[in-house]
Amino acid sequence: MQDKIDQLKKKIADAIKDVHSSDSLFQIKMKYLGKSGEVSELMKGMRDVPKEKRPETGIIINALKSWAEDQFGKLDKSIKDRELKKLYAAEAVDVTLPGNTCKNGAYHPNTLVRRELISVFAGMGFTVYEGPEIENDYYNFTALNTPADHPARDMQDTFYITDNLLLRTQTSAGQIRVMEKQKPPIKILSPGKVYRSDDDATHSPMFSQMEGLVVDRGITLCDLKGMLDEFARKIFGNGVKTRLRPSYFPFTEPSVEVDVSCFECGGKGCRLCKGTGWIEVLGAGMVNRRVLEGCGIDPEEYSGFAFGMGIERIAMLKYGINNMKLLFEGDTRFLKQFKG
Amino acid sequence: MKLPLSWLKDYVDIDISAEELQTKLFGCGFEVEELIQTGKDISGVVVGEVISCEPVEGTHLHVCKVDCGAHGVKQICCGADNVAAGIKAPVALVGATVYATGKDHVTIEGVMTIKKGKLRGIESEGMLCSGVEIGVNGDMFDGGDYCGLLLLPESFENGADIKPLLGLDDYIFDIAVTANRPDCQSVTGMAREVAAVLGKKFKEPDCSYTVEEKGEKVAVKIIAPDICPRYIAHYVKNVRPAPSPLWLRRRLALCGLRSINNLVDITNFILLEMGQPMHAFDCAKLEGREIVVRRAVKDEEIVTLDGKSFKLSADNLVICDGNKPCALAGIMGGENSEITEQTSELLFESAKFARDSVRKTARALGQHSDSSALFEKGVNEYTTEKAMGRALHLIQKLGCGVVTDVHVDVKTEYSHDGAKEMTVSLKKINALLGIEIPAETAVTILRSLNFGVTVKDDSLVLQIPAYREDIDGYADIAEELIREYGYEHVKGTFMPSALITNGGYSEEQKAENRLKDNFAALGMYEISTYSFYSEKDLDMLHFADGAPERNFIKIKNPIGEDLSVMRTTLAPSMVNTIVRNLRRGNTEGKLYELAKIYLPRELPLENLPEERQMLCIGMFGGYTFFDIKGVLENLADSLNIKFGYAPAQKCYMHPGICAEISCGDVILGYAGRLDPQICEELAMEKKAFIAELDYDKLKTLAQPFKYSPLSKFPEAVRDLALVADLNLTCGEVEKEIFSACKYVTEVKLFDIYVGRQVGEGKKSMAFNLTFTPKDEAFTPERIDGFIKKILGNLKRNLNIELR
Repeated sequence: MQDKIDQLKKKIADAIKDVHSSDSLFQIKMKYLGKSGEVSELMKGMRDVPKEKRPETGIIINALKSWAEDQFGKLDKSIKDRELKKLYAAEAVDVTLPGNTCKNGAYHPNTLVRRELISVFAGMGFTVYEGPEIENDYYNFTALNTPADHPARDMQDTFYITDNLLLRTQTSAGQIRVMEKQKPPIKILSPGKVYRSDDDATHSPMFSQMEGLVVDRGITLCDLKGMLDEFARKIFGNGVKTRLRPSYFPFTEPSVEVDVSCFECGGKGCRLCKGTGWIEVLGAGMVNRRVLEGCGIDPEEYSGFAFGMGIERIAMLKYGINNMKLLFEGDTRFLKQFKG
Repeated sequence: MKLPLSWLKDYVDIDISAEELQTKLFGCGFEVEELIQTGKDISGVVVGEVISCEPVEGTHLHVCKVDCGAHGVKQICCGADNVAAGIKAPVALVGATVYATGKDHVTIEGVMTIKKGKLRGIESEGMLCSGVEIGVNGDMFDGGDYCGLLLLPESFENGADIKPLLGLDDYIFDIAVTANRPDCQSVTGMAREVAAVLGKKFKEPDCSYTVEEKGEKVAVKIIAPDICPRYIAHYVKNVRPAPSPLWLRRRLALCGLRSINNLVDITNFILLEMGQPMHAFDCAKLEGREIVVRRAVKDEEIVTLDGKSFKLSADNLVICDGNKPCALAGIMGGENSEITEQTSELLFESAKFARDSVRKTARALGQHSDSSALFEKGVNEYTTEKAMGRALHLIQKLGCGVVTDVHVDVKTEYSHDGAKEMTVSLKKINALLGIEIPAETAVTILRSLNFGVTVKDDSLVLQIPAYREDIDGYADIAEELIREYGYEHVKGTFMPSALITNGGYSEEQKAENRLKDNFAALGMYEISTYSFYSEKDLDMLHFADGAPERNFIKIKNPIGEDLSVMRTTLAPSMVNTIVRNLRRGNTEGKLYELAKIYLPRELPLENLPEERQMLCIGMFGGYTFFDIKGVLENLADSLNIKFGYAPAQKCYMHPGICAEISCGDVILGYAGRLDPQICEELAMEKKAFIAELDYDKLKTLAQPFKYSPLSKFPEAVRDLALVADLNLTCGEVEKEIFSACKYVTEVKLFDIYVGRQVGEGKKSMAFNLTFTPKDEAFTPERIDGFIKKILGNLKRNLNIELR
C-alpha cells in the first residue's frame, strides 16, 4: 500500500509540474481527487485491506489526500495570480490619453457680470425689473427731467423709430415705470440692453446697463456712498475704495461720477488706470425732485439715489477685454473661456 | 474747451501751479481732459544779437558772432536770408531742444537737440532760429510765420530765456464742462469758478465804453420771439479793418483760432472770453437799415461766409435785413453782409437764440460752428448784455471804430435772466447729503460763487447770480456746497432709515438662470448679437416677400443700412455668427442666444411694439439633426414638459430635415438643418442646424417637477418589432402606442431597418415599451392583453404589423 501511495504521490507531483492554466489544473485535480479519481479509488480499496491495518492505511491515504489538496491549492493560487497579472497587463491603459468628457459650455461675459451684480444687490434687498427696450420719448427723456430742448439729449445719440418712439438710451427709463406703479420703499435693479448711435473700440450701438434705484424716507448721499463701497468691494475685491466727484445727469441732483481705486495696481498708477490710480465705473446721484414729483412721489417726504453702470464696461475691466466688438461677434475661441 | 492759463490770470490771481489747479478743478466738477504746455519741446533758447555777419564764399551761409549775454559770444553759422549784423534773433545754444523742420522750413518733423558742429568746415556753436523752429507762428509773435530768422525787438535783453518773452511758458487747459454749466464755457466763466475754488476775487472784464457820436437809427424787429427771446444791436461807424494787435492774435492762437482782422477778431475774442457768440454785419450792406429776426420761408436761400449755399425751411431761424436773410441765426453770417477790407460801418449783434432751434438747424443743414456749439449748450442774457459792452470797449481800445449812440435792445416776452431769490433750508440740504456742513462754511462757499446770502434762522435767503440758469432748487445748492466743500466729506452709511426689503430674482428670472446653467452643462456657448440688422439678412435666409418676418420696425436714423431693421427673428444673426466662426477657422460649436424680437402691433408704429423673447440655437461642425433635437429634448425635460415634433417646411431649412416644435396645442418654433442651398450661397463648408423657439410661450408652459411615490410593483418591459409603411414617422407610432394603453410610461425606439427582409415600401421599427403598474402588480396575462390591444390599434389605424 505504501508503495502504491508513494507511486501515486510521484504521479501527482509529475502531473502538476507542467500545469500552467487553471483549466488543466482542474482536470488533474479531478483525475486524482474527483469522485472516481485515483485517490478516491484508493479509499474505496480500503475494503480489501485487513481490518487491523485499516486505521493505519486510512491515516496514510488521508495524509496523501491532504498533501495533494495542499499542492493543488498552492498551485491554483500561483496560477490564478499569474492569470490575474496577465489580465491586468492586458487591460492596462495609457492614463494620459484624453478623457471622455462632455465639454463644458460657457456664459456670455455679460451674463456673468449681470449675475454677479444682481447677487450683490439682491443681498441688499433689491429686486430686478426689466422694462421695454423700445420706449416713449416720455420715459426715456421727459420724465427723467430732460425736456425736448435740453442739451443733455445730445449727450446720447438716440436711435429714433418715430418722433415719439425710440430705442431706449438708458435703463433709467425703467425707473419711471417702477416709480409710477410702486410706492416707497423702492429698491430695484433694472438691467437691460440700451442703444446709442456710437460705434468704435469702446462704444457699441447696443450695450447693456444696470440701473439701481432706492427711494425711501431719509435716504442720503452718504447712503449712496456706503452702498457703492460695498459694491466695489464685492465686485472688484476687498480693499477697493470708491471716490465720488461732481458730474451732471439731468435726473439726479447732486450728480456724481464714481471711480474705484485701481484693482490692478492698488492705486499706484498703471496702464489700466492710465496712471491715475482710479477707474471710472459708474454715474450716480440723488434722484432729482422733479423726477420724483413726476411719478407722484412727494419729494418732501421721500428722497432717493440712483446709479447706473455699463455691464460691458465692467466685464471689460474685470476680464481685461480690450475691444467691445468681441462681446458681440460670437467667436467660439472667445466664448468658450467664460465658464462662469 | 481750451482755456489758456495766461488769459485766466487776467481775471483771477492764480498763485498755484497749473497741475495743482488741474486737481482743484477736478475736485469741483471740471475735468481737465488735457493739460497742454506751450513750448514744452523748446529749451535752451535765448535772445541773441548778431554783432558781426560775414558771408562764406561760394555758399549761402554767413558766419556770425552772436552776443548771447551771460552765455557769452558764440560763433554761429547761419543760412537764413535775413541774417545781418545788428539784428536780434532766438539762439538755440548747444544742448538746446527745438523743432526740426523739413526742406520747406515750415513742416515740423520732430524735436532735435543742438550740438556743437561744423558747417562747411566752419565751427558753429548753436543755431539762430526761425519762428517755426521754436513753435511760434505769426499770431503768436510778429514775423513768426517767416521761414527765415524770427526777428526780435531791440528791447529784448541779450541772453534772456526766450520762452516767457514769446508766451511759450503758458498752459492750456482742455476742460470738459458738463451740460448743466453752459455759463462756464468761457474764460470768464471758468475764471469765476477758479476764483471760488481758490478763495480769490473774480475781476470783472472791462465792459465800459463811451458813446462818441450820434448815428443813423437802425430798427430791430423780432417776429419769432419764442426762439429769439433777446436781441441787442449796436451801430459802430468809421470802422477801420486792420490786422489785430499781437496780444489779441496770440490769445486767439492759443485757443486754436486764426486771426482775420480786428473787427472779426473782436467777435471771436468775445466768444472765447465771455461765452457769447456775436456777429458783425457790414451795416452798409443791410437794406433798409433794418434787422428782422424770423423763421425762414420754405426754400429761401442763403450763402454763408464759408461760401456754402443752403436751401432753408420754416424750422430755420434767420436774421434778415429789410429784404433778405443775412445770417443763419446763431450759426454763421451770410456772405452778403460779410465784413471786408472795405467795410466802413458795422452793426454788432449780441443775442440769445433758443438752444434746440439752433441745434435742429445746425443738424438739419450739417452746418456747425463754434457759435452754434455755444448756443446749443445755452447762453444767458446776463452775458448777452455784458458781451456787447465788452465788444464796444474793445473797438475803442483798439481804436478801430467810432461807437455811436445807436443801441437797440429788444427784450421779448420770452426774455429772462437767471437772477432770482430763493430760500433754502440748510437742514434739508444736510439731510440730503447726510453730513453736516457748518452754516458759516456754507455761507462762505456760496458767497465765493457770487450768490448773495442772508442767513435767516435755519434758512439761507439766496440771490442767485443772473448767469446761473441751472439753479432750480435746494438740491442744486446742495451740489454747489458739496463740490466746493469736498466729496471726501461724504462717508459711507448703510441706509439706516430705510425699510427692510426682500430682494432677489423673480421666478421668471430664476428660470432663465436655470436654462443658461443647463445649456452650459450641455456644452453650449451663449452669444449676444445686435438687436438690429439689415433687410438683406432676411433675404439671406430666403424669407418670402409677404413673410411675417418682413413686418419689421425700421430705425429712422440708423448708423448704416446694415443696422437699420429691428429683428423679427434671431435666425439670421445666428447664421451670421456661424459664418463668421467658419471664416475664422473655428470648425465647430454649439451656440445659443436668448434675446428679444420686436413685433409691431401696427405700422407705422404708434404704440410700443411687442418685445418677444426668443431662444435660438445654432450648431455647426460634425453634428446631426438629432444632436440639436437632443438639446431640445433636454430643454423640455428640464421644464418637465414634452415637445412634439412634426415634419414641417421653413424657408431657410432643408425641406426634408425640419420639424415644427410644439407642446400640446402650442406651436413653439422650428428646428432643422440650414438649407444646403443657403450654405452654398454663404460658402459654408460645414452643415449647420438651427432652432428658434418662442421663449415667452415656452416659459408659461414650464411645470414644476412633482415627486411621485415609488411604485410598490415592478415595471414591466417588453420589446415590439413592427413593420410599418416607409413614410410613417416614429412620432405617429409612439402617439398611437401611448393612446392605446394608459399604463405605457415610456416608448423608446431602439432599432430601425429598411431592406429586403421587410419588403418594398416598408420598414421595421423596434420599440422598447415600459408598463408601469399603479394599484396592483401586472400578471403576464395582463401585459399580453395590453400588447394585444396596442397591436390591434396599430394595425387598424396605421396598418402596422408585428414582425
